[in-house]
Amino acid sequence: MSDPHMVGARTAVPHLVLGVCGLAVVLPVVWAIAAGFRTQISLLVGELWFTPNLASFNEVLFSKTSDFLLNYRNSLIVGLSSTLLCLAAATLGAWSLHRMRWPRWVPALFLAWAMAFNMIPPVALAGAWFTMARTVGLDNTFAGIILAHTALNLPMALFLMSVFVREVPLELEEAARIDGASTPVLLWKVVIPLVTPGLAATGILTFVFSWNEFAVALNLTMKQTATVPVAIAKFAQDFEIQYTQMAASAALSILPALVLLLIGQRYIVKGLTQGAIK
Amino acid sequence: MSVRSLPATPAGRLQPRAGGERAGDRYGDDPAWRWATLAPSLAIMLALSVLPLLNLFWLSFNNVTWSGGVATWTPVGLTHYKAVFSDALFRAGVWNTTVFALGAVTGQMILGFVMALYCSRIQRGRVLYRALFILPILIPGIVVGAIWKLMLNYDFGLANQALGLVGIEPVDWLGANETALLSVILVDIWHWTPFCFLLFLAGLESMPRDVYEAAHMDGASGWQELLHVTLPMMLPTIMVTFAFRIVLAFKVFDEVYLLTGGGPGTATEVVSFTLYQRFFTEDRVGYGAAMSIIVIFLVSVLLVLALSARRRSETGP
Repeated sequence: MSDPHMVGARTAVPHLVLGVCGLAVVLPVVWAIAAGFRTQISLLVGELWFTPNLASFNEVLFSKTSDFLLNYRNSLIVGLSSTLLCLAAATLGAWSLHRMRWPRWVPALFLAWAMAFNMIPPVALAGAWFTMARTVGLDNTFAGIILAHTALNLPMALFLMSVFVREVPLELEEAARIDGASTPVLLWKVVIPLVTPGLAATGILTFVFSWNEFAVALNLTMKQTATVPVAIAKFAQDFEIQYTQMAASAALSILPALVLLLIGQRYIVKGLTQGAIK
Repeated sequence: MSVRSLPATPAGRLQPRAGGERAGDRYGDDPAWRWATLAPSLAIMLALSVLPLLNLFWLSFNNVTWSGGVATWTPVGLTHYKAVFSDALFRAGVWNTTVFALGAVTGQMILGFVMALYCSRIQRGRVLYRALFILPILIPGIVVGAIWKLMLNYDFGLANQALGLVGIEPVDWLGANETALLSVILVDIWHWTPFCFLLFLAGLESMPRDVYEAAHMDGASGWQELLHVTLPMMLPTIMVTFAFRIVLAFKVFDEVYLLTGGGPGTATEVVSFTLYQRFFTEDRVGYGAAMSIIVIFLVSVLLVLALSARRRSETGP
């Protein structure tokens, strides 16, 4: 990555260090994805060069014994639904907490809850959710896992949306009020259009976190509702590990994240750095 | 990218503005809409976090058996709590999780800081490096596990192949007692160093330039500048990142589940994994609930420590 115009040691050393780190980040991913294009034998004997073939991808996607497409659909349903729920609840909630006349302890309580909630291991929550879902008959349904993911991501979404809602100029909201806008009109015509970049940042992160979530999905889903991470874990749990299929499904599973990284890098950076303290 | 509201100043983000500047104060508030807009968040909070916690608490004093979708609860008092403290697996889990969290987070912080420092000094390519380094953050934990299960495989993994090239005997990274926990720590460093890097870079980018110019005028060397200017000014960001990462590291589950399953023996047994086994694999719901309550208690102690550390850093120099 050294720049031909600046060959001085001042920039050579940083580029060298960062280049090595970049390689350390990318190499394992590329090598693992490449394993998905190998035959099991080629992988096991450790060939460095191989002829790519799509057998594992075919097996993962279209074999009768594989549910991967179903898992993919499930992950999309869970990810999109919980993201929508989170965004709706968090936008309204953040606006309410910051722009309505609540006693001071109400926002403070939400802040404390959000921090405390983030410290609880998801497995412990999954245990409680599982027992509750079983009691009301929501185990092994999409409703159960969607609600669980909404609850997991809401604290982060509420924090992020609070940052963005507070950036909306108060004068604009007051002007709309003076013009006689009711609360829904004010929210829909003034606040929401102004926080769209915030919605994008929060939405992308919420979706990715839901897509990636494993501990809760493992325990709250069954065969018909299993999400992608649960399916990938199955490959590694089999008596004889299907390495190439595991690699192929892993490659397929990071596609949404790669697309989001390409189109929304600045939103992701914004969301991650602003939401760092959840 | 906005760097105005860095993690360095998160305190009071949810507090209303000072001086009664809230919109509601000026044009009158509508209690119906005030409640309606907060209601969804409030409902989720009550139904999905407060209620489950109460549920767990109650469960922990009971034995629960299921027959035909109907639960039978039998009160057992403090039996579960006593049993947890003599549970060898739980003790191993707490110890391993502590070693894991401290080792991984320390590694991530140092590496992430060095990377951010270098990245902040270059003009071109910063966006490219950042895009590259975000990648691991977005990859599912379970896939990180899958990638490294391949990389660290004894027979064909790239790690052992590379060692073979320089004539070193292959290492059983995930299967040997001595290396298993270290391997899991290294994988976590790979996974989360980029996150620390990102926060540190944002912190460095938001530092005022004139401080450096002043240091430069006073003839400070690079090391002096780092020790006396950069580090003190970055301290709040560093503390917040540390607290944040340590909390997440304590919850580690996905990578361990796939890489080692807690083994060999109890070498990589972590708290979340013990919890999972007792609660779900063995279906000992009451016992698992008691263990959850204890873990939540331990974690809140951690939170209090982290918060007091942050407060100290804020009132510091």
